[in-house]
Amino acid sequence: MRAVAQIECNAPPEIVWRYVADPSRYLHFMSGITRWEVVSPKPQGLGARYKMLIRVGSAEIGGLIEVVESNPPRDLAWTSVTGIDQRGRWRLRELPNGRTRVELRLSAGVAGSGIFGWLSEQAAKPMVSGHLRRSLQQLKRQVEHEQLRERAAARRGERAATA
Amino acid sequence: MSADTIADQAARNGHSEPKDESRAGLLQRVLDQVTSQVSRRIPPADLDERDPDYIRETLPRQWLLSSLYFRAEVRGLGNIPEEGPVLLVGNHSGGNLTPDTIVFTLAFCAYFGVERPFYQLAHNLVLSMPGLSFLRKFGTVAASPSNAAKALESGAALLVYPGGDYEVHRPTWERHKVDFDGRKGFLRLALQHDVPVVPVVSIGGQETALFLSRGESLSRLLRIDKLFRMKVLPISLALPWGLNIGDMLGHIPLPAKIVVEALPPIRLREEFGPDPDVDEAYEHVLRQMQETLDALASERRLPLLG
Repeated sequence: MRAVAQIECNAPPEIVWRYVADPSRYLHFMSGITRWEVVSPKPQGLGARYKMLIRVGSAEIGGLIEVVESNPPRDLAWTSVTGIDQRGRWRLRELPNGRTRVELRLSAGVAGSGIFGWLSEQAAKPMVSGHLRRSLQQLKRQVEHEQLRERAAARRGERAATA
Repeated sequence: MSADTIADQAARNGHSEPKDESRAGLLQRVLDQVTSQVSRRIPPADLDERDPDYIRETLPRQWLLSSLYFRAEVRGLGNIPEEGPVLLVGNHSGGNLTPDTIVFTLAFCAYFGVERPFYQLAHNLVLSMPGLSFLRKFGTVAASPSNAAKALESGAALLVYPGGDYEVHRPTWERHKVDFDGRKGFLRLALQHDVPVVPVVSIGGQETALFLSRGESLSRLLRIDKLFRMKVLPISLALPWGLNIGDMLGHIPLPAKIVVEALPPIRLREEFGPDPDVDEAYEHVLRQMQETLDALASERRLPLLG
């Protein structure tokens, strides 16, 4: 099963990257995620490991994952070490006017599970796609809200300097 | 002259005693033979038979059944200690096909990973049934104190249903009742191995058929209790049989919504002192489980639909 969602954020890639690279923020914006816990000495970047779980149907599925590609502020990819087989990727691409196209991909399954594996993937796909879509919407809201607050803080600073 | 009178007269004349004795002896020999045949079929507990790869490969089919058919919901898995031995104590529902076990096994294996050793105790008869040998790959072992001890000593999580066959076949109108039939062995086991007890409460299983009676009298009459260690011979209305007596061939469960909730762990010596009173601890565990079941029942609007 492969699910993809994308969205455009009104913020540069560097700002969006702050969110997607920071494991402590995942529980705040990722839909369906019930656990995203650092289990390696290194909290982020290549080789960082997390214990993650996402609610799909009646179960919280996931396992131990490891970051296998970290190319700030463009790509962040992970793959599973234990649990279900999964690969995930954040793709951030710069757009004109300080905007960013954010794409989140997740492919998951259980090797060797046969026809039932295929059926369960088909049944789970709409649920996972929904989680990805909502995650990106929440990410966009949080990133843009932070941008708004930063700009407001800058204006306040300017006003204070001229007063 | 009635048959009883003839028998009485023969007894007075002393003619029937050898015949009765030989008949009783024959019956006893038949019973012993059947019991030994059944016992021989029960595999010895071999914890190595649990196969994590097999469990992992079958998770998708369990997920389909659990998510789409039973629309299951599992709560509170975070209450289960992350590692080390733990005794999971559940209320049991659904007749010989227990959807709550399927739902909970999937949830546990998905949450903690198939790598975490997890065993379930089942009735001897379940494991000796032809076609159910695959259960051993899931970590199901025959219910006995020695098997339970082996599992806990290995550091595994162990799921037990103290109510067993008595609870699982209770009438549907008692579906919102936790009934362990006064069985307290699980507490002695937890104390002996000093492991936390995590109550696991489920609802919905007893709506998968219309359970009418445990059939305890029938079981005694047919000596099922002596032969197969089963106090019950349940009577239910279930698919595809209609009237289903014994439930030995199982049934097609109705798609009732199953909700399972794991409660915070109970550390017996921390809560009841260094030498806990088993009766007090039993009442405590039972009360907690009944209160949770009542709360789950109050959330339910309609049978089957949840």
